[in-house]
Amino acid sequence: MSEGSVASQVAAKWRKKRGSLIMALHEIQDIKGYIPWDDAMEIAVGMNIPLARIYEVLTFYNFFKLEAPGKAVISVCTGTACYLKGNDKVLEEFKKELGIGEGESTADRMFHLQCVRCVGCCGLAPVCVVNGKTYGRVTPNDVRGILDEWRNKLADDKE
Amino acid sequence: MVKLKIDNHEVEVPAGTSILEAARKVQIDIPTLCKHPDVDPTAGCGICIVKVNGRILRSCCTPVGEGMEVITSDPEIVNVRRTVLELILSNHPNECLTCIRSGHCELQDLANTFGISNSRLPSLNKKYPLDDSTKSIVLDSSKCVVCGRCVEVCQNQQNVWALSYLNRGLATRITAAGGINLADSPCIKCGQCSAHCPTGAIVEYDETQKVWDMLNDPDIYTIVQIAPAVRVAIGEEFGYEFGENLTGKTYAALRRLGFNRIFDTNFGADLTIIEEASEFVERFKNNPESLPMMTSCCPAWVDLLEKYHHDMIPHFSTCKSPQSMVGALAKTYYAEKMAIDPAKIRVISIMPCTAKKWEIVRSEDMSSSGFQDVDVSLTTRELARMIKQAGISFRDLEAEDADSPLGEYSGAGTIFGTTGGVMTAALRTAYYYITGEELKDINFTEIEGLEGIKEAEIDIKGTKVRIAVAHGIGNVEEVLNRVREAKANGEEMPYHFIEVMACRGGCVAGGGQPRVMMPGQPKPRGITDDIRRKRAKGLLNEDLQAKNRLSHKNEAVKTLYDEYLGKAGSHKAHELLHTHYVPRSLYKK
Repeated sequence: MSEGSVASQVAAKWRKKRGSLIMALHEIQDIKGYIPWDDAMEIAVGMNIPLARIYEVLTFYNFFKLEAPGKAVISVCTGTACYLKGNDKVLEEFKKELGIGEGESTADRMFHLQCVRCVGCCGLAPVCVVNGKTYGRVTPNDVRGILDEWRNKLADDKE
Repeated sequence: MVKLKIDNHEVEVPAGTSILEAARKVQIDIPTLCKHPDVDPTAGCGICIVKVNGRILRSCCTPVGEGMEVITSDPEIVNVRRTVLELILSNHPNECLTCIRSGHCELQDLANTFGISNSRLPSLNKKYPLDDSTKSIVLDSSKCVVCGRCVEVCQNQQNVWALSYLNRGLATRITAAGGINLADSPCIKCGQCSAHCPTGAIVEYDETQKVWDMLNDPDIYTIVQIAPAVRVAIGEEFGYEFGENLTGKTYAALRRLGFNRIFDTNFGADLTIIEEASEFVERFKNNPESLPMMTSCCPAWVDLLEKYHHDMIPHFSTCKSPQSMVGALAKTYYAEKMAIDPAKIRVISIMPCTAKKWEIVRSEDMSSSGFQDVDVSLTTRELARMIKQAGISFRDLEAEDADSPLGEYSGAGTIFGTTGGVMTAALRTAYYYITGEELKDINFTEIEGLEGIKEAEIDIKGTKVRIAVAHGIGNVEEVLNRVREAKANGEEMPYHFIEVMACRGGCVAGGGQPRVMMPGQPKPRGITDDIRRKRAKGLLNEDLQAKNRLSHKNEAVKTLYDEYLGKAGSHKAHELLHTHYVPRSLYKK
């Protein structure tokens, strides 16, 4: 365990409070975007909680990610309005284009695909959100364009 | 007390009793797949449903109520149970024919009982990779019904935390956490998960073929030894009552299987006592700060200590287990005596234990003869399988004797297989070593029985020696913490000598013991306290009736020291019979 690492600081902060495992895991995911194995291990040691219990929590809650998500997080709304307006087909198109399933990231860590239930702008249904940017009235034909836009954007950011 | 009616029979039971338990009082055996008397109900399977005032409830986790009227079976209940079973079976492979658990499987038994001959539901069963990384136990998640018994036992009873529930809903799986296999987890190979598993999801790592190959090789000289607890459990595989001591028949069966020499681990137990009692007397007289001394014959406990309790390593007896001692001597003392090339000897041990498979490769100390001292360690279940495969009619065998010189044993050696037994055996001899006299009463009834932590005090010529006996490895932490506390406060040690066995009840209830379904045995048909007591009785009775009940009066052991080892704790004894321990990390990745 490395002194002063994120996980060891989080562990030190929460170790005395009973039932605070979820809070500690939230903090790590807020900072890192996911919970790496090494961090789970540091929490296990630092908070004196068996790794078995930590992974029971991590795998029970959908929210926690065990692998680094892609840089661009694509949220496809499958709330009632978006779903009825055909977002299921948009989702299928994203899956096909990226070659990944729901809740997964591409191997190059460029994209992460997830479903959300309602983003609060049903008037624009069907809606997708990528890293905070909202796309309304999306059709399966738009998918390739959205992906290209983000590929270019992420490439620019790199330079 | 609470009064209620179960199927119109009046029952009176203490408040808090579950309906399932109360029903047993009126000879009603409500079927269940997940509830086991050793663990709290997980309410996982839904088979034990009953009607309480018309409502359908799970009887395992519903406490009795005053005036309750319970119906445990009617056509509707049977129908629901059958549907639940069909749902469970739709997520279970149809592999009974090739499953090691077939014939003793609780799920198979229920499916037969409820007459499920075909399934209306499509299979949702997923194939997962086998985890046989420990080479002691094998976990096949595909056969798991997620009853949760193993997790309860591993986490809450044993306090080991190797197994965990991962994911949720239909995707729930029981496995080691964090994408590691069991060998890299805190697993101590005690096998209590396999002792409690209702199906073939967790079983022993079967090595019978290896042994057949050795028996079949004319150039190989095979030596077999059987552990104390094997003799009082093997009979269950052949229709004997629980706890029946069948030492002589087991020897006979082993001879029929073709082993060249039949030795007894009980001899090793007597020898362990000579070394361990001498070590204790040495520490007691000359090195009191190294007390309490802790027994080291249980491999799961050794594993736990090396992983979890590094600060306690100096307190550990350096004695090897009886299995390892017999192995080391078979390839040195015996080989030299009989002029057999030790390279051609294979030592096979029959153990009630899955962790013994790990013990034989634990460290280079386990090859003290220049070869691996014990080549294969089989469980009682594997031996029974071999006897059946060979077509040996076990019940009809005449009792035979073991071979010399590693076959003779005392009553003290045989009680090694039950909680309190190692301590009792050691005290008998330590008392003699310290005082030069024999104990007047060599029974220590206060450390028999199934209380998790047992304590006693014996007077050795004016010195009070305090002892503790812990079994069920979850109980050991409390004992160790008492020692740690005393140490931290500079107080006198609470104990001089501590015995630990990882399994509740000791080796008689080890992870490798039979899981046989006996007619009339209430469900669930796994290990229970009643069976633990009966098996222990089988060993304790043998001790009570033994001509010699003291390890230091074992003539074969005396001869061994005269001819070969010199005296207890000699250089040669240390080379062959002792080991050392190293701190190891809890997780590997």
